[in-house]
Amino acid sequence: MQTEKKTVNQFEPKVIAFVCNWCTYTGADLAGTSRIKYQPNVKLIKLPCTGRIDPVFIIKAFEKGADGVLVSGCHPGDCHYNAGNYHARRRWIMFRKMLETMGIDSNRLHFSWVSASEGKKFTEVVNDLINKVRAAGPFKSYEKINKEYVIND
Amino acid sequence: MKVGVFICHCGENIGRTVDCPKVAEAAGKLPGVVHSVDYKYMCSDPGQNLIKQAIKEKELDAVVVGSCSPHMHEKTFRKAVEGAGINPFLCEIANIREHCSWVHENKDEGTDKSIDLIRYAVEKVKRNEPLTTIRVPITKRAMVIGGGISGIQASLDIANAGYEVVLVEKEPSIGGHMSQLSETFPTLDCSQCILTPRMVEVYQHPKIKLMSFSEVEKVEGFIGNFKVTVRKKARFVDDEKCTGCGDCIQNCPIKKKALSEFDENLTTRTAIYVPFPQAVPNIPVIDSEICTYFKNGKCSMCVKVCGRGAIDFEQKDKLIEEEVGAIIVATGFKLYSIEKKPEDSPIKGYGEYGYGKYKDVIDGLQFERIASASGPTEGEFLRPSDNTVPKKIVFIQCVGSRDEAKGFSYCSKICCMYTAKHAMLYKHKVHDGEAYVFYMDIRAGGKMYEEFVRRAIEEDDVKYIRGRVSKIYEENGKYMVKGEDTIAGVPVTIDADMVVLATAMIPQPESKKLAQTIGIPYDSYGFFNEVHPKLRPVESSTGGVFLAGACQSPRDIPESVSMASAAASKALVLFGSDFLEREPIVAKVNENICAGCFYCKKVCPYNAIEIKEIPSKNGKPVRVVAYVNEGLCQGCGTCNATCPSKSVELTGYTDAQIFAEISAI
Repeated sequence: MQTEKKTVNQFEPKVIAFVCNWCTYTGADLAGTSRIKYQPNVKLIKLPCTGRIDPVFIIKAFEKGADGVLVSGCHPGDCHYNAGNYHARRRWIMFRKMLETMGIDSNRLHFSWVSASEGKKFTEVVNDLINKVRAAGPFKSYEKINKEYVIND
Repeated sequence: MKVGVFICHCGENIGRTVDCPKVAEAAGKLPGVVHSVDYKYMCSDPGQNLIKQAIKEKELDAVVVGSCSPHMHEKTFRKAVEGAGINPFLCEIANIREHCSWVHENKDEGTDKSIDLIRYAVEKVKRNEPLTTIRVPITKRAMVIGGGISGIQASLDIANAGYEVVLVEKEPSIGGHMSQLSETFPTLDCSQCILTPRMVEVYQHPKIKLMSFSEVEKVEGFIGNFKVTVRKKARFVDDEKCTGCGDCIQNCPIKKKALSEFDENLTTRTAIYVPFPQAVPNIPVIDSEICTYFKNGKCSMCVKVCGRGAIDFEQKDKLIEEEVGAIIVATGFKLYSIEKKPEDSPIKGYGEYGYGKYKDVIDGLQFERIASASGPTEGEFLRPSDNTVPKKIVFIQCVGSRDEAKGFSYCSKICCMYTAKHAMLYKHKVHDGEAYVFYMDIRAGGKMYEEFVRRAIEEDDVKYIRGRVSKIYEENGKYMVKGEDTIAGVPVTIDADMVVLATAMIPQPESKKLAQTIGIPYDSYGFFNEVHPKLRPVESSTGGVFLAGACQSPRDIPESVSMASAAASKALVLFGSDFLEREPIVAKVNENICAGCFYCKKVCPYNAIEIKEIPSKNGKPVRVVAYVNEGLCQGCGTCNATCPSKSVELTGYTDAQIFAEISAI
């Protein structure tokens, strides 16, 4: 495992992973059955398909205090629903640009393909993102905007 | 809503790195949770009873179980809560084993994360709606794609069980590669003698609809309810009128323009032809590429001699729709030809072996044709270049297989056996001939296989040389095979009269296209993937689509036949019930706010979105909205994420549920 010994007050990032049921969720299960250790800062939200992932989910995650977001599904051509991951990919390409415009560091977000047989890859992707987000520090900008402009949450 | 939380220790599996009582205690304080306990084995009978009892006593409305992956026991727990009178979809699983206790070592971290995961699940379950399982009727009819031995076996098994089968074969005749073989290992019985009766049985079976010279064009629908469009290619011969007399073939003046596919290019065929005399169906096909009529309209000899008026030059391809409940894919293999490198092939080529350059350097299937009684030499061993009997043959194994540098990494599995058979057949007919085999290892795993190879070596005096061949060149009318004997540690050169290459088995060239049409995964070589290599070897990950034979990986005949019967039995299991129960995870439209933009219709991979007219009071249509056909919807939720007005929602994964999960961070 790549975590160093925790010091008091060390920033521990919160990462939300939106994953599809068929590939990445099962890949994460495989990481479990293979007992491959990774950092605990990630929590998975299971969806049937990456095609179900509305970009609003990602914004919502940041709004609610996530420091990083992972989106992961089946490899191109392997989607259980034939084409959901292609839709996800297209949305991602558009959304990435939007994030940059909004001033959200794209290092906080990662989009990947992890198949049901890639338990090891899952742990690598997760550890990588957590490390990046830890280096980037807590995500505060949305909170700030919230305070300044939004009256009701 | 009153939620109950149940934390499982899974013996020590969760308990070792997660403080389960502490998790249960923390969960008990979550808003909405009225009951929270932990137990050693929640999936056991006492564990399930604990849940049932609590539901009754505490009047719970919803349940969260912190346990293993939902892929493992979601069904178990849903059934348990259903038994206590709660809708099964008001039960959520927090995966604290695979996603927590097994992957984190620190107990504090594991405990904290488990509490988080429980909180997510509690927030979600509070927004769950009771759902009813959807029952879909099953079309009890199967389609088998590929009419080789696997497809034939699968078709016969299903048809004999009393269900209709549509057998689709792309070639003019069924039979596949097995019909080309001379004799089969390890019993040396004649391949055609055991195969052709089965082909005839298929043709005559009242439950089998044979569509030869046809290809699958489109597959729609899902398990139990597929709609397959098949392209019936134009034969230019009316299959209802033709009697298979063969007069047209005998009188066709185009005799030498095309190489016979069945004889692996060793002979030629006419423009109107049947691939081989025992073809099923025995109806000729006109090769419009070489037929004079199609070139300049000048010849119509076949029309003149056909007493039945069966020739129809105007025939066009026909698209035929078939409704089936299960699909068995048995498209088989091809032998890699080292002559022509297939496009986008990872193979670097074996030009140094001279295949295509030297007429007497042939591949395994060509040797089968030479050895076959129905082949170009009627079973006499004559080499292609000058029709003389070769006195020395060299067989080279693993050409393309087990060769990461130049070919594929996998073992083609059948070559050790068929090479031993080839050498044996040759020695049985040419007693004074010499047979050499260059091999890497002998892989003869199978009933009577090792004994067979030993027989070739010991009784028939086939000389086995362990090593690879580096080069083949011509010298004084001989093919000089230069290789290495790695056991003796010396280079060897054999002056052969003929060389046979055991080239790799590869998937059919269109296998990837077919896989994408049907929606089944394939590996990097193009072989179709099974769900689980050990426990579900004949099922593809697409429900209702099963695999048989060498389209899944290199297979010999006994294995292909067993797989075919296994696939057939899987289809029959499906046909055993009248309805298919499936999860009610489908999209639903809020017709009040749907603007009728139909973006959802554009992105739906299943054509499940229909256009519905909303009439006014006087019955005139006033506006159109989207409507989801529940039978077709598979619940991917792409429409949900696409809808600009959020008027289509995926049950079980609504925005409200997911936002609740996110907010629980």
